[in-house]
Amino acid sequence: MAPFIRLTALTKKFNDVVAVDDLSLDIDKGDLFCLLGASGCGKSTLLRMLAGFEQPTAGTIEIDGQNMAGVAPADRPVNIMFQNYALFPHMSVAGNVGYGLRRAGMRGAALAERIDALLKLVRLAGYGDRKPKQLSGGQRQRVALARALARQPKLLLLDEPLAALDKKLREDTQFELVDIQERLGTTFMVVTHDQEEAMTLAGRIGIMDNGRLVQVDSPRTLYENPKNRFVADFLGMISFVEGRVTKAASTALVIDSTPPITAAIDQQRGLASQPEKGAQVTLAIRPEKISLSAVATGAVNEIPVIVEDLAYLGVASNYRVKTADGQMFKLQQQQSRRASKPLEWGDAGFIQFDPADVIILP
Amino acid sequence: MPRHLLMLNRITGANGRRLLVAVPLVWLALFFLLPLLKTLQVSFTTAQRSVPPYAPLWGFDDTGFFTNFTLDNYQLLATYWQDYIGPAGNSVKLAFFSTLVCLIFAYPMAWWIARSNAAWRAVLLVLVMLPFWTSSLLRIYALIGLLNPNGFINAMLIWLGIIDTPMRMMQTDFSIYMGMVLTYLPLMILPLYAVMVRLDDDVIEAATDLGASSVGVWWTVILPLTLPGVIAGSLLVFIPAVGEFVIPALLGGPDQLMMGKVLWTEFFRNRDWPVAAAIAMLLLAILTVPIIYARYQDGRDDRDADTPTGAS
Repeated sequence: MAPFIRLTALTKKFNDVVAVDDLSLDIDKGDLFCLLGASGCGKSTLLRMLAGFEQPTAGTIEIDGQNMAGVAPADRPVNIMFQNYALFPHMSVAGNVGYGLRRAGMRGAALAERIDALLKLVRLAGYGDRKPKQLSGGQRQRVALARALARQPKLLLLDEPLAALDKKLREDTQFELVDIQERLGTTFMVVTHDQEEAMTLAGRIGIMDNGRLVQVDSPRTLYENPKNRFVADFLGMISFVEGRVTKAASTALVIDSTPPITAAIDQQRGLASQPEKGAQVTLAIRPEKISLSAVATGAVNEIPVIVEDLAYLGVASNYRVKTADGQMFKLQQQQSRRASKPLEWGDAGFIQFDPADVIILP
Repeated sequence: MPRHLLMLNRITGANGRRLLVAVPLVWLALFFLLPLLKTLQVSFTTAQRSVPPYAPLWGFDDTGFFTNFTLDNYQLLATYWQDYIGPAGNSVKLAFFSTLVCLIFAYPMAWWIARSNAAWRAVLLVLVMLPFWTSSLLRIYALIGLLNPNGFINAMLIWLGIIDTPMRMMQTDFSIYMGMVLTYLPLMILPLYAVMVRLDDDVIEAATDLGASSVGVWWTVILPLTLPGVIAGSLLVFIPAVGEFVIPALLGGPDQLMMGKVLWTEFFRNRDWPVAAAIAMLLLAILTVPIIYARYQDGRDDRDADTPTGAS
């Protein structure tokens, strides 16, 4: 069986500028997929092609087995929740939510009933008579969601759904969004530049750069096993070390990067083949995988460092430390003991990390 | 902050700001309200051969304080209303259809300008306003030159062999409406443009996305959201059009008497200022009705148009 949504070799050019470049992607029914990328990476163009506002230069879009070529936006089983919500300011909440239903010819009691059910779904029962401008930002977002869900689309596109909300509200809203998506079983595609939004919402994330999908995986895989340097750098903080393989055993590599670093082989899922001796590689280590101590512990990867910079965040502290030959590491230390005396700016210490936590990038 | 702005701030402090508002207020009072009150006053006097050609409304003479207040002029209008209702009807009809034609032309034009890219918009707006920078009289004479029996258009058509004898275009409804629409079109385009340029593309796309046809999008979203511009533009055209004197006089025939012409005749030919003033006041009263209605509609604007129970 073909997947629910299938994009095949999708390309969009604006004159000579390639916005979406030979992109193929399958999404299963009921998935919450997230397209993550910096602004200008082509994700908005992809969204507009799915909605039908832009025609692909090449390639096909299939939804539930139906080719979308030549299908007008109004006739597609796709609805959008716009970034700024795009509510109709001259209509009531009920008018907004019922707009798509009225266009489909629904009237009278059936319409009123359906609107009530949708408003209940987004916890806005009783708000039907209000105008959009009488609502808070969070309420407006929920009206936009109800309006987009009203026609029971096969695919709901959400353009930066949480961007317009303040930080506190976002946390509640993102769980609510996931909850509604799970209850309805509608396929959601969230488009965002915000990695936190993507990580918390999506089951699967596609990272986009320059019109191409760089990696499509679960949030955890993307974070722990990035395919390349772009993905590793894009998601969260990370430290990179360049070096040459000096010893390639079956379980571990030793990379000469003054001081030598040992990396476990069995953890390198992103790597196509094992690097040979003498190969040039990039190592990457996440900050929370590195520990910092004042005295040497005799660990496998232990490097003497000097604290360059430190930021106290309450829950944790972010450090930037420097080795004798100038290599920088970013690391994060949990504030697990109130009484412990942390290393301060300019202090000398040691960092340690497990060979299994070292990511080898091609 | 730049120094001159600081200076302005100091001048326009609490009292300064009031002063800034007071200047235009005083201006309006002097040059708008006072003449209006003067006209109202004249409309209650009696015409006589003097300078000015009406008896003073009040004053002092040998017997002391006297008043000459009279409603005769209004009574005259009430008695001979049949003489005035025709021109009034002509004027309202002219204004109404001029407004309608302007609206029909201006709406798509304003839409096109508002949807053009920013660089083009500026050029197109200047082009819309450009005729305003020449004298309106000049424009009308230019139009006469085009429409005359031996004017440009007839000469062109004869030269092309489409017609043998010149068409009569001057002194017809056609020439009047040409003049009216040419003169008033910018006043309709500008307020329409102002609301259309602020219209959010996303709202239109949202309606399309939710299944509306292009006519449906226009009827349920674009029209309601541009209605304030339609009302503002219509008022801006309709009100001066009712009192229009020059265009019907120069482009129209003698058979169609307009209110502006009646006023002119009463003032200058009959030298009956009081009756003319009474006509002017009555006309003003008639004109304020649509304004008050429009303002009332504005207040009701907040009601929704697409509720599930409401008909549409």
